[in-house]
Amino acid sequence: MKTADRPAVHLVGVEMVFGRGTETTRAVADINLSIAPGEFVSLIGPSGCGKSTLLRIVGDLIAPTSGLVEVNGKPAHQARVGREYGMVFQAPVLFDWRTVDANVRLPLELMGMERRRRERRVKEMLDLVELGGFSRHYPYQLSGGMQQRVAIARALALEPTLLLMDEPFGALDEMTRERLNAEVLRIWEQTGTTVIFVTHSIPEAVFLSTRVVVMSPRPGSITNIVEIDLAQPRNDQTRETERYFELVTEVRESLRGRHGGGASSEDRLRAEGSVG
Amino acid sequence: MTSEREQEAQSTAAAAGVSTTERAARRFGSGVRGGSRRALGLVLFLVLFALAWESAKWLGGDPWRLDNIGYYHEPPFHLLQLTDRQLPHLWDIFSAFGEPFQRNAEYSLANYLIDQALYTWSEALIGFALGAVIGIVLASIFVHSGLLERAFVPYVVASQTVPIVALAPLIVTGFGRGLSSVVIIATYLTFFPVTIAVLRGLRSPDPRAVELMRSYAASRWDVYRKVRLPASVPYLFTALKIAAAASLVGTIIGEGPGGVPQGLGRAILTFNQQYITGPEKLWATIIVAAIVGIVFFLLVRLAEVLILRQRGPQPSAG
Repeated sequence: MKTADRPAVHLVGVEMVFGRGTETTRAVADINLSIAPGEFVSLIGPSGCGKSTLLRIVGDLIAPTSGLVEVNGKPAHQARVGREYGMVFQAPVLFDWRTVDANVRLPLELMGMERRRRERRVKEMLDLVELGGFSRHYPYQLSGGMQQRVAIARALALEPTLLLMDEPFGALDEMTRERLNAEVLRIWEQTGTTVIFVTHSIPEAVFLSTRVVVMSPRPGSITNIVEIDLAQPRNDQTRETERYFELVTEVRESLRGRHGGGASSEDRLRAEGSVG
Repeated sequence: MTSEREQEAQSTAAAAGVSTTERAARRFGSGVRGGSRRALGLVLFLVLFALAWESAKWLGGDPWRLDNIGYYHEPPFHLLQLTDRQLPHLWDIFSAFGEPFQRNAEYSLANYLIDQALYTWSEALIGFALGAVIGIVLASIFVHSGLLERAFVPYVVASQTVPIVALAPLIVTGFGRGLSSVVIIATYLTFFPVTIAVLRGLRSPDPRAVELMRSYAASRWDVYRKVRLPASVPYLFTALKIAAAASLVGTIIGEGPGGVPQGLGRAILTFNQQYITGPEKLWATIIVAAIVGIVFFLLVRLAEVLILRQRGPQPSAG
């Protein structure tokens, strides 16, 4: 077992075509990406650039038309059956007939975990997202941000090696969002899990990630990858450093690159320059 | 500690501009106020209804002869529909409750009707329960098999376009006179709304909830029992409220051709024949039947409120 150098996610030539005959759309095309264990990678791009599609392909929720998708050295399907994923969506998708702790318990029930261990695990997870005092509450009694934290606790309950987050804070206000960003970073450091994070927000992507993957639409493809070399652990001060603003600018220009023809390759050069 | 947490919850909610908690609280408050307002509305309605009833009789009914208070009144008009035989005075109907239900009978009409109502209700309850189970099972099969759904749903719908009065004699011929036929008729009227509503409820979960379950490698059975079935409960209750009334109507209608010696259906037929001599009895029976229907409905509604309370304010699952 050479766990150390085996990528957590390995994508080669991934393509996704929706529809049949003449009515086809290439949602994503020519995706090559390798993510090391423990990395925090954001996918950013305008609506319709296929970032959510790509996330679903990695999670084996949809099968790509062609290409190789490996998670921890195994086909994605095998990883899913082996319960190696945690998923968080834009909406919390909590079950309103279950209390907070019963929501977090759900994946453990499916796994058939023994009761005592299960209860302990649920408590750990709720403490991790700082909702220990809310275990007997029902979802409607919580704010949007707290509901999303429950969803994160649930996603982490199975100790996933790969956490897939699809715009998890997209529906929240800026203040709640920044607080939850800090919380996600803390959880990421504590658990050491690999994260793929889909977002619309440039500051969020830069603040959280070790790498930001910039995508462009029609067909969805990777136009640039920006290494985020901000020091760890990151905190509120990180958001005020000069380097942070440089990286935000860099990601922003990469996103604009698709309008200006050759700009994207220029950006890529600059990106590599700044990393090296 | 907890109250601090709660406060944090409130402030977070307010900050998020989502304020689910607050909205829930407001909804709950208005629910209580709405309850008493609705009760008041009902009383007001009954009073107005009684006033309209007696005013109509005062204007166009038979002459009023209230000997015990010495009141006599000759209505200015005379309409056939407002005669004492067509539309008895409300006090005549209510006093009929206290009189013997038949000449020389020991039982008062109220006693008799309560017995019949309980009997009819127990029949309806069996049909209601059977219909609910059949509806849930059918919906569960259909949600898992598009083929079976396409094959059978048209027949389920067609079954309901045949009027029950046409079908009841056939059922009685097939299953014999007695309780079983009546229960089958009640079941027949119950299963349909339950099937359609539960099918919708089973399909109601957010597609992402199903994706989430798939990401846990959950089986279809797991998705069914952990997500679809609980999600369908609000829809089930919407159907059960309709089914409560439908099963009762089915039972009352079925008791006639079903040849059941007891029940409100039997009472209605009997008092229908005796209408000329005692129209109040039929009216009293109608009132009792209505009360049974309302009580049945309210019991289902009560179960709904108790069971769904924990889920918080719901978008109506109509």
